[in-house]
Amino acid sequence: MKTYDVVVIGAGPAGLAASIEAARRGCGVLLVDSNLKPGGQLIKQIHKFFGSREHRAGTRGIDIARDLYREALDAGVTVWLDTSVYGIFAGNVLAYARGLLEMKPSGGAVKADRVVLATGASENAVNFPGWTLPGVMGAGAAQTMINVERVLPGKRVLMIGSGNVGLIVSYQLMQAGADVVALVEGLPRVGGYGVHSAKISRAGVPILTAHTVSRAFGDTAVEGAEIVRVDPSWKPVAGTEQRLDIDTICIATGLRPYAKLAMLAGCRMVHSPILGGWVPFHDRSLQTSVPGIFVAGDAGGVEEASTAMEEGRLAGVSAAASLGKVSAAEARAQREEVEARLASLRMGPFGKPRHDAKEALHKAGECA
Amino acid sequence: MPAGAGVATSGYPSLDEVRGSPGYPSRERMAKGAVAVIECVQEIPCNPCEAACPRGAVKVGQPITNLPALDGEKCIGCGLCLARCPGLAIFLLDMTYSDTEAALSFPHEYLPLPEPGATVTAVDRAGQPVCRAKVLKVANPARNDRTPVITIAIPKEFAESVRGIARKSGGGDVGR
Repeated sequence: MKTYDVVVIGAGPAGLAASIEAARRGCGVLLVDSNLKPGGQLIKQIHKFFGSREHRAGTRGIDIARDLYREALDAGVTVWLDTSVYGIFAGNVLAYARGLLEMKPSGGAVKADRVVLATGASENAVNFPGWTLPGVMGAGAAQTMINVERVLPGKRVLMIGSGNVGLIVSYQLMQAGADVVALVEGLPRVGGYGVHSAKISRAGVPILTAHTVSRAFGDTAVEGAEIVRVDPSWKPVAGTEQRLDIDTICIATGLRPYAKLAMLAGCRMVHSPILGGWVPFHDRSLQTSVPGIFVAGDAGGVEEASTAMEEGRLAGVSAAASLGKVSAAEARAQREEVEARLASLRMGPFGKPRHDAKEALHKAGECA
Repeated sequence: MPAGAGVATSGYPSLDEVRGSPGYPSRERMAKGAVAVIECVQEIPCNPCEAACPRGAVKVGQPITNLPALDGEKCIGCGLCLARCPGLAIFLLDMTYSDTEAALSFPHEYLPLPEPGATVTAVDRAGQPVCRAKVLKVANPARNDRTPVITIAIPKEFAESVRGIARKSGGGDVGR
């Protein structure tokens, strides 16, 4: 069985960054991803990123994916796409299946001295009468259709959820040629950045806070939807129903960490509502409760691509340091640099709750 | 939703919110000619506007969540910051364009782009039609990285309310 110093699972922003940092410090790195294209969610993020220059602010996500992939290859990372790791066994033996998408299946196992789980997150669903009709989809799915596959899922869209995903995908659906008839948000406030909501407001999208979808109409596909105002306890307010003429409903009601491999590996899990649900406990070096297994990006708590890249860097440095590729002092200095940038992303009214949740998570480990 | 409720409830900033933010130029500065109008009213970690300004007229500093502050004396109205703002939240306003009209520039990432000379519908922050506008310029140089900047002429009285033009079609038919 082939052994790698570091196996990184997931080639999104966290996994690519972890691979680059570990490889640049002399680790033999294998990076695997179940998709055909590297980049994770970056490959459909056509908007310019926030942050500072170090976070590649002002650069579009699609271009960041391309740059990171090139950096990974230049650093000597071995990349296996169309490869799913489906099992993780004692001694960090990883079972994988390759070629499932390209219909050339094969499989096997590799051994990893260190593992970085960078498996991202999955979309939450909401149920309402009609939610199984064709035309109801996750906002992320719609974004993949328009920006990766270049297929418009529908012409008149109702968006559910005002977090950054709902706001950005609404914008991009309009860029792709659809109309967003309304965006509803159950809470009394817009969840995402005001600059994103301002963009779609200018384009004429009504953002209806304290509203939810009550049902979808249609026999074989979505032909309409009913929305209704909700009171602070989420109860529909009778008489406020509106019927919308739409053909697509996109659901953007949050993400949850996709950390099944951590559970399989026996990592201790911690529940954090702010971070999206159950996450593997991890210390400041991003190591989980299982020695040698690290976690980075949304798999360790849902945040955003910029924080995922920084966490990836941190995990890459930590993995390399734990293998003795850099001295403890060097590793500490390098980690502090990344931690300072991470801290700057976790400030302000949007970042502070995530900062506090991460701190609580680290403390949960110290008490255990 | 009542107009002017604020960005966190209505989705778009009210005039009070933008006027109260440090990126919004004074009336006196506006009267002197082209100037950047930064409508960034929430503390988010973002600072490309600071590096975009060759004159040092935009300051974010540390922490990076500070609101961008505009120094109206240093701003020469070059407009370089417009396409660099990831939030598309910077506009360029020239109140001296003519006796009756102001020129407003804004980022516009929708196709098809209007033709210079065309008459279009100008909209406010809520996407509601305000007036007709003449397209003066459509700029999309490589440095904008695929963020076209459109300049329109509008009656001066609408200079602080108009912030874009209508997409070729759109929503907006649902009661607020």
